[in-house]
Amino acid sequence: MDNLNSLIGGFGDILSPLNLLYALIGVTVGTAVGVLPGIGPAMTVALLLPITYGLDPIQGMILFAGIFYGGMYGGSTTSILLNTPGESSSVVTAIEGNKMAKAGRAAQALATSAIGSFIAGTIGTLGIVFLMPQVVKFAISLGAPEYFAIMLLTFTGVTAVLGASRIRGLAALALGLTIGVVGIDSVTGQQRLTGGIPQLADGIDVVVVAVGIFAVGEGLWVAAHLRRKAGEVIPVGRPWMGKSDWKRSWKPWLRGTALGFPFGALPAGGAEIPTLLSYTAEKKLTKHPEEFGRGAIEGVAGPEAANNASAAGTLVPLLALGLPTNATAAIMLAALQGWGLEPGPLLLTKEPALVWGLIASLFVGNTMLLLLNLPLAPAWAKLLQIPRPYLYAGILFFASMGAYAVNSQPFDLWLLLALGLLGFAMRRFGLPVLPLIVGVILGPLAERKGRQSLQLTGGDINGLLGGPVAWVCYALIVIALGWPLVSGLLRRRRGDSNGGGGDDGDGPDGHLIDPMAQMGRGGNAPGGGF
Amino acid sequence: MTVLVGYVPNGHGEAALTAAVDEARRRHESLLVVNMSRDDVLADARRADEEQLARLRRDLDELGLDAEVRRIEEGNDPAEAILGLAAEVQASVLVIGLRHRTPVGKLIMGSVAQRILLDSRCPVLAVKGDAS
Repeated sequence: MDNLNSLIGGFGDILSPLNLLYALIGVTVGTAVGVLPGIGPAMTVALLLPITYGLDPIQGMILFAGIFYGGMYGGSTTSILLNTPGESSSVVTAIEGNKMAKAGRAAQALATSAIGSFIAGTIGTLGIVFLMPQVVKFAISLGAPEYFAIMLLTFTGVTAVLGASRIRGLAALALGLTIGVVGIDSVTGQQRLTGGIPQLADGIDVVVVAVGIFAVGEGLWVAAHLRRKAGEVIPVGRPWMGKSDWKRSWKPWLRGTALGFPFGALPAGGAEIPTLLSYTAEKKLTKHPEEFGRGAIEGVAGPEAANNASAAGTLVPLLALGLPTNATAAIMLAALQGWGLEPGPLLLTKEPALVWGLIASLFVGNTMLLLLNLPLAPAWAKLLQIPRPYLYAGILFFASMGAYAVNSQPFDLWLLLALGLLGFAMRRFGLPVLPLIVGVILGPLAERKGRQSLQLTGGDINGLLGGPVAWVCYALIVIALGWPLVSGLLRRRRGDSNGGGGDDGDGPDGHLIDPMAQMGRGGNAPGGGF
Repeated sequence: MTVLVGYVPNGHGEAALTAAVDEARRRHESLLVVNMSRDDVLADARRADEEQLARLRRDLDELGLDAEVRRIEEGNDPAEAILGLAAEVQASVLVIGLRHRTPVGKLIMGSVAQRILLDSRCPVLAVKGDAS
């Protein structure tokens, strides 16, 4: 009950007009960027990062959490109405949602996704309330070697488990770690990878990296693919559901929540896998199998609940351990560092008002989102009629302003351009963005923990092995990296001619659960490509 | 010589089309119906879907008109596209639907109809319709 008391305290902290205003701005902006394909919460949070350094941390986090949750709501609107997912997390929603819209049931599809998102978001946020303090209690006893191992596991999770191609994931992670290494080494004071450029001695600011990769990279990518036939606007009235829709939706909502939350909390996270799993589960369990493929409401209700629950799950490792499991969380972590806070298990004891206020704001934001999305879905869809050159001109303007504002040096603008070109090249060659951003933000932290462990044992490599927690992590890493090789070998031994090259699962259905292709390009939907 | 009409799937478009059919009959000329959607937006409310275009073709056939329905999907300037087409087919008259715009709305968004009226080389028949 301690948790509930703290939560009520959190409500007391955030229920001020100004904080509520930030929550409202957050969810509104979040829904808007969610609706627009290619522009996601990660890019938005990166663009707003320099602005929020001037805010109170609690207000900044309320704003970011609102954007994060709002993106999950908005993405489904585009999926349903345009067959182009607004976000990577709503790729699966498009499969049945757009069929429903074409069959004249757009209102019901929008309603089930908004209400399902609300229910999943609320249950998921309750999950944070009860789970996060437990994780903190456990994590507070962990030492540097264990942390190092957990971070390595996170790296493995975001590169090897997600995505279609391990090689591309590892390449992106290597790029991220390299960018993270630039600057003066904190232990020896040597310059690393600075190339003698004095401006690089302080390292490359996370804002410049995030804005360059997400905003400028995406802007260049869209500019290169600007011409595209417009979609038709499917007319929708006010979203509503009939009795049978409720009856068919409530179970998928709960199942989706149960699938989404743990996946969000794990470093193999992201909303892509649980939404796909939820879709498959609903397809198997449905009493109306004939409707799947022609617009079954279960196929919208389940995945939409799953993606919101996973958004809630993501906040557990972020707040309890300081570990980001998706791109938005990674940038929120950078924001915490920017305010001079140390993310990790001590955050809850050092800044209880911030953590509990943030969680309370999630409940408030979630309710606001339901009110914003249910009656206003047709208005949000109008955003899709904004000519894209206007949008991206605005984004590039904000990106340049933000990158310049960090240190007020023109050099950062050149850096921004270089990183933007890198982001463009990554999209061009199908490299996932998530490992890069996690590498940039988590890399220096992991390095510090690793060196601390080595210093404790005077450079003995055994210092890295630590206790049982670290052993489990290393075992999981070995399994995650080694299993595809082993299974590939086994398949080859069985003489299965299709099984060759098992370490690179670039299969035809691989792109469905490939978050990077969706995250970067937005419009690469199954059946809704450029 | 032909009558060219810019069609949008709403009341203004229907009004323009009705007027264009009358005009084509009066002049004993063929009718060219064109629907333009911009390619720099993700969704365009002025885009007519395939079903609507097929229905138009059928209706015009039933009326016994020498009519063609065309779709333009490239470019981001409907006025330019329609004027270009008018020059290409040497339209004798161009029929468009007008809608009410506030001065501020016109200032921000510009007006396709106004540009067509100002820049067209052939006569323009502008029809007011009901938006619903």
